[in-house]
Amino acid sequence: MPTFTINGMTASVPDGTMILEAARQIGIEIPHYCYHPKLSIAGNCRMCLVEVEKFPKLQISCNTVVTEGMVVRTDTEKVRKAVTGVLELMLIHHPIDCPICDQAGECGLQNYYMKFGLHKSRYALEEKVHKKKVQDIGGQIVLDAERCILCSRCVRFLREVTGTCEMEFFSRSDHSEISIFPGRPLNNNYTGNLADICPVGALTNKDFRFKCRVWFLKSADSICPGCANGCNVMADFKGDILYRFRPRRNDAVNRTWLCDAGRLEYKKANDYRLLTPVIREAGQAIAAAWDAALFTTALRLREAIEAHGPESVAVIASPQSSNEELFLVRKLAAEVVRTPYLGFSSLTPGRRLEDDFLIKADKNPNSQGARLLGITEEGFVRTVKAISEGRIRALLVFGSGLADFSDGETVALLSRVPFVAQVATNEGALSRAAHAVLPSASFAERGGTFTNFAGRVQRFQPGFPPRGKAKNDIEVIAGLANQLGAGWKFAGEESVFRALAETARPFSGMSYESIGDLGREARDGGPPSGGR
Amino acid sequence: METVLTTHFADERYRHVDTYVQYGGYSALRKAFSCPKERIVEEVRKANLRGRGGAGFPAGVKWGFLPKDLSRPRILVINADEGEPGTFKDRQIMSRGPHLLIEGIAIASYAMTIHSTYIYIRGEFVREAKIMEEAVAEAYAKGFLGKNILGSGFHLDVYVHRGAGAYICGEETSLINSLEGKRGWPRIKPPFPASVGAFGLPTIVNNVETIADVPWIVNNGGEKFASLGVEKNGGTRLIGVSGPVNRPGVYELSAGVLLREVIYTHAGGLKDGKQLKAVIPGGSSTPVLRPDEIDVTFDIESMGKIGTMPGSGGVIVIPEGACMVRALSVLMNFYAHESCGQCTPCREGTGWLAKIVGRIENGQGREGDIELILDVCDNMMGRTICPLADAAVMPAQSFIWKFREEFDRHIADKKCPFGNKF
Repeated sequence: MPTFTINGMTASVPDGTMILEAARQIGIEIPHYCYHPKLSIAGNCRMCLVEVEKFPKLQISCNTVVTEGMVVRTDTEKVRKAVTGVLELMLIHHPIDCPICDQAGECGLQNYYMKFGLHKSRYALEEKVHKKKVQDIGGQIVLDAERCILCSRCVRFLREVTGTCEMEFFSRSDHSEISIFPGRPLNNNYTGNLADICPVGALTNKDFRFKCRVWFLKSADSICPGCANGCNVMADFKGDILYRFRPRRNDAVNRTWLCDAGRLEYKKANDYRLLTPVIREAGQAIAAAWDAALFTTALRLREAIEAHGPESVAVIASPQSSNEELFLVRKLAAEVVRTPYLGFSSLTPGRRLEDDFLIKADKNPNSQGARLLGITEEGFVRTVKAISEGRIRALLVFGSGLADFSDGETVALLSRVPFVAQVATNEGALSRAAHAVLPSASFAERGGTFTNFAGRVQRFQPGFPPRGKAKNDIEVIAGLANQLGAGWKFAGEESVFRALAETARPFSGMSYESIGDLGREARDGGPPSGGR
Repeated sequence: METVLTTHFADERYRHVDTYVQYGGYSALRKAFSCPKERIVEEVRKANLRGRGGAGFPAGVKWGFLPKDLSRPRILVINADEGEPGTFKDRQIMSRGPHLLIEGIAIASYAMTIHSTYIYIRGEFVREAKIMEEAVAEAYAKGFLGKNILGSGFHLDVYVHRGAGAYICGEETSLINSLEGKRGWPRIKPPFPASVGAFGLPTIVNNVETIADVPWIVNNGGEKFASLGVEKNGGTRLIGVSGPVNRPGVYELSAGVLLREVIYTHAGGLKDGKQLKAVIPGGSSTPVLRPDEIDVTFDIESMGKIGTMPGSGGVIVIPEGACMVRALSVLMNFYAHESCGQCTPCREGTGWLAKIVGRIENGQGREGDIELILDVCDNMMGRTICPLADAAVMPAQSFIWKFREEFDRHIADKKCPFGNKF
């Protein structure tokens, strides 16, 4: 643990820490472009120069290890001049097309220019070297070579993280360019990260381009609902529309990365939403008030229980639901309805891509949470069997689909049940067939916890209130339970979690506070190896 | 005076192993095998042999940077990427005395317990590469390379590798990347090549001339070699003189020789009795000197005192009537072309300098351009991974400092006072 001094402040850092990281830890920002904590050191942007006592030349802080007694200064005239000088050189060929650049507002050049530059250009416009703009290089990425500052983060990402090496430097001197090889577009499942790590507007995301100026966006800490890995994300929104996911650093789960499929998961909060309760009678769908919809659903469940016993009612839970919601679903099934037919399926239709990095075959964020709460896939199989044998008179389904069933299979199966109520966020074959559709809030509109494949319990936060008439699942489940005479009193997800932690052993001792921003492993929650 | 390298260069057969052996070649290698390895390193240290590639780092000290632990193989790389404008001495060694280099390689490799050596030859040196390859084959055939050399039990393989014509690949870490088949980009240090170099192994990179001096040192002793030069600069140096002189060429001279003697005695003075206007002493990257500064000896310390360096021994003579702005413009275009593009200051700065100097020469210079050049230089110097930016800055600054009036006149007259002729 060497102790060093920076700008007169003294601090101790672990052996091997670079000056740049050490400074960051004590709140001193050293400007940089090529340095990225999850990539190898390139040392070529030359922005992070600092003065180190006993070194005649300025040193790059990204590649200078802190040693005992080292004296570093980032606030001298020499450093300021050097940093401004490098920034000026970086900008001489830059097209300064901020008004039409999507990076504006989160651009390293803009930010550092305001902080360290503010110089007048000494380079004539007509002398700028021009390069190709708007090149679709594959994946989610558009390349603008003119805006590139050649920091090589993208090249290193593709070499070191995906191992696919699609991008390289071409040419030399001020005609240097980073691009793909001719006819060989980006070909990996993590291309979206390139736009994140690009400190300027050279690599932008096709999906997000020109959709929204970033300064209008607000952000909620969330969890990608696209698979069981539980990648930490920032869900960026304006009003009640989500615009994008960006990865949020969590070294135990996704480091700072996100897969391309996950990156587009935000769309589920925007598109094909169920926004109003619907009651379907004699084939006629009627928009209903929440009271009426809940009343009808509860009534039909009670009728079935009274006429055919509790085992004539089934509940299918969703691995898209939070731990809190699943806890209440189980409570509803076991304590209120008292049916043995409760289960969930982690299967989903379509190809279930999987790799050895972030992408898991289980396309649900909370299958492991369901399991830990005692809801089983075996229960789902039993339930489906009971339905197909005509033994189920009323069915309560959570989620938009049934396992990996096709639309036809779903409709055929449900035709055997006299009453189907669905609680879901998005439209589908189920919502078109169900007798009661209860619209539920998307992941961006509610809070809770998911348990990832490795048993790590992580929180996701609401960005904005539910759209339309959609309601938080907790309210819907409690509403149904109370209509059936349960008398539950839960005020929000945190109170549900407290009850959950008291009764479900894997979660015992946990609280929202102890889970924090980065999550915490459930007890006996998953394979010992954990996430990556 | 005594010569170390060029003694038999007049004999065209000297490039062949038989003739080389007739002249006493490979006797140093035999002698080396009978010495303890440390003794050889010690002699090289005593010889005050400074790296001849330009930086002048003491060779014996460099060798000492290799890790003591022998568990990983080590590599010797010969830097034969002689690309510094004005420098053409290593070419002479390779084409006229390739076995000097091979014998030096064998001795140095033995001393450092190295079993693989790569000779990285500049891509344009097609002929020299061919001669080197032939010489290496001869040395294998005669048992001076390969397995169990001269019955010593020591084995060594030597590979001749041609570069692809990039100036930057003369920088040792860039050369290593190129040797590995990668883009010729300098590496950030640390780690230094002596701990992580070619193919991830501890590596020593030495210039051709440096290694070619080693057999003589082994035969005659380090002190003898040191005495041929001056304090801290042992031995002789190959000095290449170019420009309008009567006898341009490569001369093997003591480091104690005066630059004036190099130009006027050895190279025969300027053609047509012209006056000297300026001289670049050690390859295009070294700061230029005025005629009143040439009474300086050709050693690193003396040159250093007047703000320049003997570099790679490439003396470029610039006569009266030549335009210094034009000359600088040529150099700046060279560096702008050869910048590898990795570090921002060099990538953008070299191109910018070339543009400013170019427009001054073309009569389109603007007021403040000279200050702009100096400020851009300031923002480049010492700010990059390798010294290419410095190599561009040193001529730019020195040309302006020493010939400022010519730059001013170009801008004031809006044309080249020499009628654009060089």
